[in-house]
Amino acid sequence: MKKGVAITGMGIVSAIGDSVEENLQALLTSKSGLGISKHIQTHHKNAIKIGEVGFTNTEIATQLQLSEDNNFTRTSLLGCLAAKEAIQNAGIKSISEYKTGLISATTVGGMDMTEKYWKQFASNPESQKYISSHHAGDSTEKIAASLGITDYVTTISTACSSAANAIMLGARLVKAGKLDRVVVGGTDALSKFTINGFKSLMILSETNCTPFDANRSGLNLGEAAAYLVLESDEVVAAQNKSVLAYVSGYGNANDAFHQTASSKTGEGAYLAMKKALEVAGLKSSEIDYVNAHGTATQNNDLSESIALQRIFKEKIPSFSSTKAFTGHTLAAAGAVEAVFSILALQKNSMFANLGFKTAMPETGLVPVTQLQKKELKHVLSNSFGFGGNCSTLLFSK
Amino acid sequence: MVVTRPYSLKQYLLNNKPNIQAWCSVQNGTIICNGKKIVSFEKERTFSEFAKQVYKDQQWEYPKFFKMDRLSKLTFLTAEILLNELTISSEEKENLAVVLSNKSASLDTDRKYQDSINSIENFYPSPAVFVYTLPNIGMGEVCIRHKIQGENAFFVFDDFNPLFLKQYAESLTQNNKARQVLCGWTEIDEKGYNSFLYLASPNGTLPHTEETIKKLYTPS
Amino acid sequence: MNALKQELKENIIEQLNLEEFTVEDIDNDDALFGDGLGLDSIDALELIVMLDKDYGIKLTDPEKSKEIFQSINVLAEYITEHRTK
Repeated sequence: MKKGVAITGMGIVSAIGDSVEENLQALLTSKSGLGISKHIQTHHKNAIKIGEVGFTNTEIATQLQLSEDNNFTRTSLLGCLAAKEAIQNAGIKSISEYKTGLISATTVGGMDMTEKYWKQFASNPESQKYISSHHAGDSTEKIAASLGITDYVTTISTACSSAANAIMLGARLVKAGKLDRVVVGGTDALSKFTINGFKSLMILSETNCTPFDANRSGLNLGEAAAYLVLESDEVVAAQNKSVLAYVSGYGNANDAFHQTASSKTGEGAYLAMKKALEVAGLKSSEIDYVNAHGTATQNNDLSESIALQRIFKEKIPSFSSTKAFTGHTLAAAGAVEAVFSILALQKNSMFANLGFKTAMPETGLVPVTQLQKKELKHVLSNSFGFGGNCSTLLFSK
Repeated sequence: MVVTRPYSLKQYLLNNKPNIQAWCSVQNGTIICNGKKIVSFEKERTFSEFAKQVYKDQQWEYPKFFKMDRLSKLTFLTAEILLNELTISSEEKENLAVVLSNKSASLDTDRKYQDSINSIENFYPSPAVFVYTLPNIGMGEVCIRHKIQGENAFFVFDDFNPLFLKQYAESLTQNNKARQVLCGWTEIDEKGYNSFLYLASPNGTLPHTEETIKKLYTPS
Repeated sequence: MNALKQELKENIIEQLNLEEFTVEDIDNDDALFGDGLGLDSIDALELIVMLDKDYGIKLTDPEKSKEIFQSINVLAEYITEHRTK
């Protein structure tokens, strides 16, 4: 087995908490963050459950000490908050000391503000500041500026596997010696744009989602931001840093089946997991726990289950989806679940797949239904996106 | 176990360095593939008219093309022309990586979709439009058509970034993630459209350098 | 009924971008999904929106809706029975 790239810090803001510690407490007490929307005004408000971050935009702006005329979208605000925690957690005092990059994932960008001010853009000069903050790269640039990162800054946008791909790219750049350290992750705020889109695809659940259950009725959307700090062995040694865990493997493959639906054989998911195991030099039997993509749509959960059966054969490790805690946080999901996977390793805990009752008849697979303690060495995390984009990350002690 | 190689690891990596094997650019009704003008429409046409004409002339027989959004059509047609110029085995296609980029992500279709949820009286969000509100869907369409299952990534930059594409493609090939990489830029907005794809491959002959990529991207 | 069937064919061709089909190509008994017109799951969702928009029919289960989308004949009958506009 190869050691992988060191993770020295992490930060997160999600529906179950505004810090790593708060998220951990919710996971350990199996407390879901799903509910009726407070911040977002949609006429589907009472018909769906979502995973919203508690803070209002103004509250975050105050915490970040932004001036009143700032043009931060919610995506940027959430991103800055989580990235700052990650930097702090990694004990980084000086960014310029080492060659540092930022790879941030988003799909929705500044859509939250655009849809709010769309009709006023022409008439209301004050709202016009949000025109330039619409594009996908804006949140990345703002996070980079607030952290002082200038060496390497890029935005990745591959739907719901975006953040996993950001982590993969960061790990590679550190491994290749192109960067000494890199902040990797993603951020996506909720927007009516997304809610209505998923509604039109008829995959939004009216209740809290129940991943891998035979009677699952679709997903809950959520918003979140999460980042990891990856550092080279040289930096870790020079600064005598404590390492939270290692990114030991990663793989990405295209399902090449349909724009949005996963193939019946879970081909893309299977290939992504296979590649990740190869990179890590691990056998499938060495995986102790899987944080599944498990969105609770009919299509994903069946396809992913079949992919799990294909890669692990008869010996499928304990697995669960944490989507019923946070909702599906889209571009941020890969990073949110990376943080959860690292917490799982640190606490030797497997988190509950909330809401599960009945195994689906096609596979009979039963996830971890309540918090379970077990010595964990290697955790696999899946993130799959529209466009057939499938990613797997491996985290090891 | 000792494996004897006919060459050192370093040599192997050097051998693995890709060159540019083929390229294709699409802009203002003109398609240039490997330096050859394949399509050129004199008359001003909308992108959709242009795309339809190319589809017909090339006799693709892939009706799904007409369901795609404009960015996907642009990506698809550029890739289609490029890949049809080449002989790549289905096995090689399975491991082909795709790395694309642009400036506006899927803004062109985001706008169209936004219009459909803006009106209260006429509130009918279209699922068929929504599925294209991500920039990597066009890449997915190319993968579906050619059964490409290698690594996929889509990046957003302010401008065409040849250095990034070069480095990313090289890191994929040098780490044995892929032998060949389909790279490029595919951008469409209200003002116009342009795309440029190239295949980085050990079978290529043109040097895979920032200068060459830039030069091919901006044909004189 | 025949006028409705004609209208449905026109709308389906337009809404689902069936560029290579004309009204004459679609038989009233042709399967809309699978081999027939080759429609897929996203097309089914789009048809659900069309039923809501044009005929005031709200369908909530995409799986069940597939029964209604069997053919132009079945669809036209269902619309006639359930339309609110």
